[in-house]
Amino acid sequence: MGEVWTLAEFSHGKLSSVSYELLNRGKNLAEKLNTALASVVLGYNVKREYIDELIARGADKVYVVDDKNLENFLVEPYAKVLIALIKEYNPEIFLAAATTTGRTLMPYVAVKVRTGLTADCTVLDIEEGTGNLLQTRPAIGGNILATIKTPNTRPQMATVRPHSTKPALPDRNRTGEVIYKKFDEDVFLSKSKYLRFIKDESQQVSLQDAKIIVSGGRGLGRPENFKMIDELAELLGGAVGASREVVDRGWKPYPHQIGLSGKTVSPALYIAVGISGAIQHIAGMQTSENILAINKDPDAQIFKIANLGIVGDLNEILPLLIEKIKAYKKKEAV
Amino acid sequence: MKIVVPIKQVPETSNVKMDPKTGTMVREGVESIINPLDLYAIEEAIRLKEKSGGQVIVISMGPEKALEAIKEAIAMGCDDGVLLSDKKFAGSDTWATSCVLAHAIKKIGDFDLVICGERATDGDTGQVGPGIASFLDLPLSTFTSEIISIDEGKIQVRRLVEGGYEELELKLPAVLTVVKEISDPRLPTLRGKLRAKGVEIPVWGPQDIGVDEENIGLKGSPTRVVKIFTPKVTREGEMITVNDEKSLEEAVDKIMEFLIKKELI
Ligand SMILES: Cc1cc2nc3c(=O)[nH]c(=O)nc-3n(C[C@H](O)[C@H](O)[C@H](O)COP(=O)(O)OP(=O)(O)OC[C@H]3O[C@@H](n4cnc5c(N)ncnc54)[C@H](O)[C@@H]3O)c2cc1C
Ligand SMILES: Cc1cc2nc3c(=O)[nH]c(=O)nc-3n(C[C@H](O)[C@H](O)[C@H](O)COP(=O)(O)OP(=O)(O)OC[C@H]3O[C@@H](n4cnc5c(N)ncnc54)[C@H](O)[C@@H]3O)c2cc1C
Repeated sequence: MGEVWTLAEFSHGKLSSVSYELLNRGKNLAEKLNTALASVVLGYNVKREYIDELIARGADKVYVVDDKNLENFLVEPYAKVLIALIKEYNPEIFLAAATTTGRTLMPYVAVKVRTGLTADCTVLDIEEGTGNLLQTRPAIGGNILATIKTPNTRPQMATVRPHSTKPALPDRNRTGEVIYKKFDEDVFLSKSKYLRFIKDESQQVSLQDAKIIVSGGRGLGRPENFKMIDELAELLGGAVGASREVVDRGWKPYPHQIGLSGKTVSPALYIAVGISGAIQHIAGMQTSENILAINKDPDAQIFKIANLGIVGDLNEILPLLIEKIKAYKKKEAV
Repeated sequence: MKIVVPIKQVPETSNVKMDPKTGTMVREGVESIINPLDLYAIEEAIRLKEKSGGQVIVISMGPEKALEAIKEAIAMGCDDGVLLSDKKFAGSDTWATSCVLAHAIKKIGDFDLVICGERATDGDTGQVGPGIASFLDLPLSTFTSEIISIDEGKIQVRRLVEGGYEELELKLPAVLTVVKEISDPRLPTLRGKLRAKGVEIPVWGPQDIGVDEENIGLKGSPTRVVKIFTPKVTREGEMITVNDEKSLEEAVDKIMEFLIKKELI
């Protein structure tokens, strides 16, 4: 039986926490299949502490490809390295996060190794009897869930929705094997060149990493009112989201848009303020762990998916909420 | 510039109805539209053509009905179209779909750019664009939000990633998938509609594009959808109505209690 692999993902020199979420998923699958769990790390100047962290969080093995050419993500060289590793070790399952990197790299790889890839899964399990991976994912804007199998080809590949599970916790006593692989220059040849990264200065916390997202909709009435959303997000250490209505009006730039034609997020808490809950908005946030909605219309669709719904005027509720959170934080600080 | 834009016809999902018994989508009375996220690809392609000349060709794999989608794209300003339609294409997953589209693009030949939507609103995978690039061994930029420049066989693009943007330079020909920020789609004009009526759209099958039948349709698809069901969308949510000072105070206290209990603060 081949191993269960997870792709460890770097973002700007740091291992991202989705890498540990994948280990959590992978551990469960590897145990059921009675096989080893391995992480694959591609990058440059990969610090030993990162490798140890992956082992502490469940990896039995870590494959490391450390090369200057892998400093920034470019699909062609990354894919070539992964394809070579897959051909050499024949993993049974290969998981990556459904981030912009995972969603670019995995389909490129799957085509070339001629295997199936399931997108943006929220549930993974092993089918009794066959040992096949059962991959469940939302489709049609979250209106349905589909379970998908890759019965005849290996590895069974899937991208996994970030935050759809908790990161694996570290156990400092765990040990694991580290395998360094080297590749010839020609593997890294690419018709693309990485130029630069431009940080979004308007976001302290990126939407995809945020534990809490506070989103505002047209119900805010005026762009100035968005300050309340920004302030609430900052107090909670969260990120700021927006409905399309807000983005189309220019109250917030496009990178903040949540929904069908924006980003898909799954934070621990999503706070929707003055958002009606149109199906295209819900498609981007309905797998959030908790949803709090504030809207003056008791019949707003958003309440159907909320854990806590407050029917009322946001102009009254937000200032008081902000005040109470400040008071609470002050009290906690002493 | 010769630009190929693959577009998918999808059901209008703004008010999707699910059959509670079978858990499948009710298709009757559901209108078919161009995948809304493909409109940004079409618009960007037309703009590039208007700026520097050339040709925009839309291609779509699907039933005969998908001809409507191609005609609409032509009415918006695309020049030509090709429909990929054959029983043998049915049941293709993203691997097989990318295979068919890549073969068709190769047959069209001599292209500079392939511009795809970010994802289709029904299958929702976003895998076909990267899949086409992989089949054709072409450089790829996904989640592209801006074309910065095109010259001397190279294109510079900006793509939306976690926490910001990235800029890449790709050699042409290249494949892009684009997000909404890249363009603001125009509506088809009356003149465009008239022109679209007159444009002959060839229909290609497996033989026309020289694709191995082992690689297409259900037979060529490594994945299988084994179950479709409706998620439980309703949560056991608690509702509080604010109508005076007292209930306002209570509602906000309730939020605080919620945040503390769930360890979110
Ligand atoms: C192809 C397609 C793609 C789309 N993609 C997206 C997408 O990615 N993301 C997205 O968000 N939308 C998307 N939409 C648009 C979507 O259909 C809705 O139009 C949009 O989500 C509505 O935004 P909203 O909730 O901010 O505004 P509205 O629907 O206007 O809702 C405003 C809400 O605020 C409430 N309100 C007003 N005043 C107050 C107050 N004082 N206090 C409290 N509540 C108040 C109202 O009761 C109302 O419910 C898409 C549409 C299409 C057709
Ligand atoms: C519920 C459900 C779940 C599915 N899950 C998976 C899965 O996880 N993995 C998998 O491999 N298959 C899956 N499929 C099959 C998949 O939907 C089809 O292969 C479909 O033809 C293409 O995938 P998509 O709709 O996700 O397109 P996407 O990959 O999201 O489309 C991206 C872009 O590619 C272009 N494009 C896509 N399809 C066409 C077309 N027919 N003609 C022209 N251009 C096109 C468009 O530019 C589009 O914007 C699933 C199908 C269903 C019904």
